[in-house]
Amino acid sequence: MLEIKNLHASVEDKNILRGIDLTVKPGEIHAIMGPNGSGKSTLAAVIAGKEDYEVTDGKILLDGEDIDELSAEERAHKGIFMSFQYPVEIPGVTVTNFMKTAINETRKAKGLNDMPANEMLKKIREKSEMLEIDRKFLSRSLNEGFSGGEKKRNEIFQMAMLEPKLAILDETDSGLDIDALRIVANGVNKLRNKDNAVVVITHYQRLLDYIVPDFVHVIYEGRIVKSGNKELAHELEEKGYDWIKEEVNA
Amino acid sequence: MELKEKLVSSFLAFENTIDIDSPVHDIRTEAIKVFEEKGFPSKKEEAWKYTSLNSVLKHDYSVFPKQENALEYREVKKYFLHDIDTYKIVFIDGKYSSHLSQTTHDGMDICLMSAALSKPKYRLVIENYFNKAADQDSLSALNTAFSSEGAYIHIPKNKLVEKPIQIIHFSTGTETALMLQPRNLIVVDENSHVQIIERHQSLTENPILTNSVTEIFANKRAIIDYYKVQNDNEHASLIDNTFIDQKQASICSVHTFSFGGKLTRNNLNFFQKGQRIDSTMKGVTIIEDKQHVDHNTLVHHIEPNCESHQDYKGIFDDRSTGVFNGKVVVEKEAQKTNAFQANNNILVSDKAAINTKPQLEIFADDVKCSHGCTIGQLDESAMFYLKTRGIPEKEARALLMYAFANNVLESVKIPELKARINKLIANKIGVNIGFDL
Repeated sequence: MLEIKNLHASVEDKNILRGIDLTVKPGEIHAIMGPNGSGKSTLAAVIAGKEDYEVTDGKILLDGEDIDELSAEERAHKGIFMSFQYPVEIPGVTVTNFMKTAINETRKAKGLNDMPANEMLKKIREKSEMLEIDRKFLSRSLNEGFSGGEKKRNEIFQMAMLEPKLAILDETDSGLDIDALRIVANGVNKLRNKDNAVVVITHYQRLLDYIVPDFVHVIYEGRIVKSGNKELAHELEEKGYDWIKEEVNA
Repeated sequence: MELKEKLVSSFLAFENTIDIDSPVHDIRTEAIKVFEEKGFPSKKEEAWKYTSLNSVLKHDYSVFPKQENALEYREVKKYFLHDIDTYKIVFIDGKYSSHLSQTTHDGMDICLMSAALSKPKYRLVIENYFNKAADQDSLSALNTAFSSEGAYIHIPKNKLVEKPIQIIHFSTGTETALMLQPRNLIVVDENSHVQIIERHQSLTENPILTNSVTEIFANKRAIIDYYKVQNDNEHASLIDNTFIDQKQASICSVHTFSFGGKLTRNNLNFFQKGQRIDSTMKGVTIIEDKQHVDHNTLVHHIEPNCESHQDYKGIFDDRSTGVFNGKVVVEKEAQKTNAFQANNNILVSDKAAINTKPQLEIFADDVKCSHGCTIGQLDESAMFYLKTRGIPEKEARALLMYAFANNVLESVKIPELKARINKLIANKIGVNIGFDL
């Protein structure tokens, strides 16, 4: 589904990604871990299409198609979703209206008519119940005055509504208490199927107890320096990242 | 002849058409002297540093329209808030249109300034209030000199006026260029509540210059909500001088929606003459091309325990320019004053400009005053966020601009007006966002 080949990316002439190779197949969960400043969030933003980053070499293929020239919204229309570490507050636009706009714009891009109102409402009800989101919450302004946990839960609600092919969760566990973490992780697990895939970016192993990865990759200095199964995450939790750095620098 | 000379010499002709034995006429005579001495303001004056009237003063304006004109309601219906029942005071080229108006004398007076100035039964109110709040600046003085027509609203005490009042000035273009000087007087007595919507609408490509003065008196515990809809065409300019005199525990708000016009200058002045007064000024400005909108506000905190809230938002595209000059004066006696001021702007084009200047003069020591102004482009991280949800660039911009302007709409208390303004904003931004509100 997703093939990243020798990806180099820079921002303001600073090289952040220095040759990433990653292949994600349908139905898989990949975890990307690594110390602060290693390039994890940059990788997420580059896949989602943030224009501040310049891809200087390599390519990103989605279902075999090079997406380098596609804008962020076109990538979204093709089924890429990114859950933000710091979701943006949009006063005056309710969660419901925002979702309606997002869904109908995606449908428009696919040549479909707006989703009928009753279908939309049914979907909103289903997905909000799944994530234990209060109805009142849906008529609040998007992310405005939300707690950290509410913001993250709202990100996963958006994922549930948009049903992406590839979801990238950027530090979704940061700022979550254990109950919120469980709800968010359950939501992600319920959304999994054989046709979609999830890339979990995290600093800690904690989230991976709930969203169990098929593969764990460690990014350091803009490269994937180690890959393994979920045991690698446990090893990192125990030993930290220093041994990885030493291995790389040796 | 320069417009100033023309106006001064026209005053003699004007005197032939009105009752010169009234006390109001002494006020007019004084006022024309003030105008003659001061003339039109120039950019040399601090308060006019960023707004030049040169481009609007160059036309050869008719000062008195020669004929009365008629308009059919269906031609101008769209300029009215027509989905609810309202009182209407409507003028065409400065003359009262009884055909389009709906006034009342039933327990309150919602009628004409010309009637109030000439009939004995209004004499006491005129003597007590006329020109008592207006400033002696040259433009207000000019209006005072020629004041003869406009809206006269007197709400006696303990009255909730259930229908909003619309004051609308149309100009039709039968004159090649027309200058209008409407004069409104609004007196709201104790415990009464009124909602007013004011609009100036040109229906012609001929230049129109309106120099309007509105005096508003809010007596004890009165509540006044005033909405100014400024969405005129690119040949019409407006200088709006509004003076609000508030007594104890009164609550007044003015919302100004500036979406059109060639040049718009809002001189909005609040005087707090009592305790526990609340004054609110809000504005949304969305302009483009070479339009210019200038908000010049003053809140004068004279007594203790009062509040003022100012919140102005501006979105400027193309070569449009904006000015915000917000002055807050807190007198020594005005302890426990809470005064807030915010002015936030988005420049959509790099040719657009905004000059924003807060001015705080605080002489009391136990007060809470804050002010803040921002000028920026749309937040790129917010744009990226919306785009990752599949919302295209254009719609994402609209959504962010809508969100930006939105909190000013929240305090609009007439739902039909709120819906109308919301639509105007969507139209201005050029996108139908397509969600229900």
